[in-house]
Amino acid sequence: MSRLYILPVNSPEENVLLELEQKLQPIIGWEIRRAASMSIPPSAFNAVRNQYEALHIMREIVDVIQIDATRILAITEEDLSIPMLTFVFGQAQLGGRIALMSLARLRPEFYGMAAKKELCLHRAFKEALHELGHTFGLKHCPKQSCIMAIANTIQQVDEKGIDFCGGCSTLFRDARQQIESLEKESV
Amino acid sequence: MNTQWNILVVDDEEITCESMAAWLREDGYSVDTASSGQEGLEKTRLKEYAIYFIDLKMPKGIDGIETMMEVKKIYADASVVIITAYATVDTAISAMKEGALEYIVKPCNPQEISMLVSRIIKVKNLERENTILRQKLLGQYTFNDIISKNAKMLEIFSLVKEISSLRSTVLIQGESGTGKELIARAIHFSGDRVDKPFIAVSCAALAETLLESELFGHEKGAFTGAVNQKQGKFEIADGGTILLDEIGDISPKLQLDLLRILQEKSFYRVGGSEEIKVDVRVIAATHVDLMEAVKQGKFREDLFYRLNVINIHIPALRDRIEDIPLLTKSFLERISHELGKSVSDISEGALKKLMEHQWPGNVRELENAIERAIVTCKEYVLSENDFQFLNRKEEKSWTIPPMTLKEMEREAIIATLKRTEGNVKEAAFQLGIDRSTLYDKIKYYNIPR
Repeated sequence: MSRLYILPVNSPEENVLLELEQKLQPIIGWEIRRAASMSIPPSAFNAVRNQYEALHIMREIVDVIQIDATRILAITEEDLSIPMLTFVFGQAQLGGRIALMSLARLRPEFYGMAAKKELCLHRAFKEALHELGHTFGLKHCPKQSCIMAIANTIQQVDEKGIDFCGGCSTLFRDARQQIESLEKESV
Repeated sequence: MNTQWNILVVDDEEITCESMAAWLREDGYSVDTASSGQEGLEKTRLKEYAIYFIDLKMPKGIDGIETMMEVKKIYADASVVIITAYATVDTAISAMKEGALEYIVKPCNPQEISMLVSRIIKVKNLERENTILRQKLLGQYTFNDIISKNAKMLEIFSLVKEISSLRSTVLIQGESGTGKELIARAIHFSGDRVDKPFIAVSCAALAETLLESELFGHEKGAFTGAVNQKQGKFEIADGGTILLDEIGDISPKLQLDLLRILQEKSFYRVGGSEEIKVDVRVIAATHVDLMEAVKQGKFREDLFYRLNVINIHIPALRDRIEDIPLLTKSFLERISHELGKSVSDISEGALKKLMEHQWPGNVRELENAIERAIVTCKEYVLSENDFQFLNRKEEKSWTIPPMTLKEMEREAIIATLKRTEGNVKEAAFQLGIDRSTLYDKIKYYNIPR
């Protein structure tokens, strides 16, 4: 049976985790489990940039990965980056098992605005489904209304839709079916 | 977004390579990584990349700029983006001077890189589209390896298609290097004899006795050295086509033998008594004016009419200069590839120079000139300087024998009228005078028309 694990990294806000578990389940269609919380190793911290190295964290996740996890969505409050880019909202293994997302830049407070719980939850859902989409092999979609559209700014996150477009929806369903069949065969 | 393009990230920091690769893969690109300039070059030799992200400072081996220069030797059109954490104006200018498309300082805003990549890919897509359209256009003007958009050549292409399956003899006339053999091949390979042999014989290359034996074969002991029986080209070509190139150069005896073959479709081997019957389509080619040779008694009139059932006259390259750009691009692509050189284009100035040249050796001379220029070219684009050797030839070809200005004018008018096949309007245009003036001069110089 296929399972999606939600992995809290450095204690993200519990409400966000609960909301995401609830909203993602009908779309993914798998059992959703909560993994034991994980701490980011200090070596992943870049003091000069005051950010955490996304790829470094993903490599740590590989070490603590649940054996029965079909996919893992790791969520953190910390600001993430990669050496080439000033920040990333998240990163995923294309067609792999692990996706990582940060709530830091999804919060209006990051931009000096008043906190808005609903807005943050809405953005978190978009980012979670987008990164999970990558683990199902989906690439960026040219349709701006699709959840798989690229977003390099918070405005672009807000502008894009909350669903897969027709094409991406088909690709997502096919990939999910294929993953489930492979899992059944291996059992 | 686009799965057809490959990107290579070259950086000595593995985490930089891998994270950048993962980020670009999400965008649909096929991304490879290399941890040194050397490894990047090895990968480049195996695969072409649309974009190279190359780190400027790599402590081991060659640095980013050197890597870029080596990459450009392999793929002149490679789009290289230099990455550095140590930005200085000097290094930026140096990288751009050496051919970098962009220069970015890491860490970079994701939107900036995203826009940069899509901008480069947009240009690559346009370039690819342009290449496809160019190839299609070239295909439109290509007939059995012959490239032309000249009206007379296009008429020849249609004629070749019409006559390809007939048995009639064909006489192809044209200056050396105009592609007479290519037309002969086109006739053979477009017709119903395609599965049978196509044999080309250069009549000018062999002495009379050797040519006789070459064409008709010989019996054992027919002459000194004839230790075995040998089949001639006519027997080998049975069912197919024989091209008799430089037919104007054959001896009176061979002219008679050929006449017999054309009339009776049979011949005897040298020293043989057995009549051999063959079904061979004869195509003759010559650079000399055979009619003139007939008038001078050098060529049999009856053979001329037997050969001249279908006549094709291939225009000289100087009379179809509109073909020079097409031919040049085609030769450039093929020869550059064959020689393993990165020369991929020709400057407008160089092309103009080629279009102004007289090309006495026609298409063959043009092909040789392009090859010579590519061999000596140190850049990615052929320039006027690469064709300096044509100047010397040009000077030589303009050596004028002693004559008066009037005699020169008469010669110029005769040559132009010959080139335009008696078309006075066209000749007047080429000579830069009006039609009535040309008529006056024709009358004045008593030029026969």
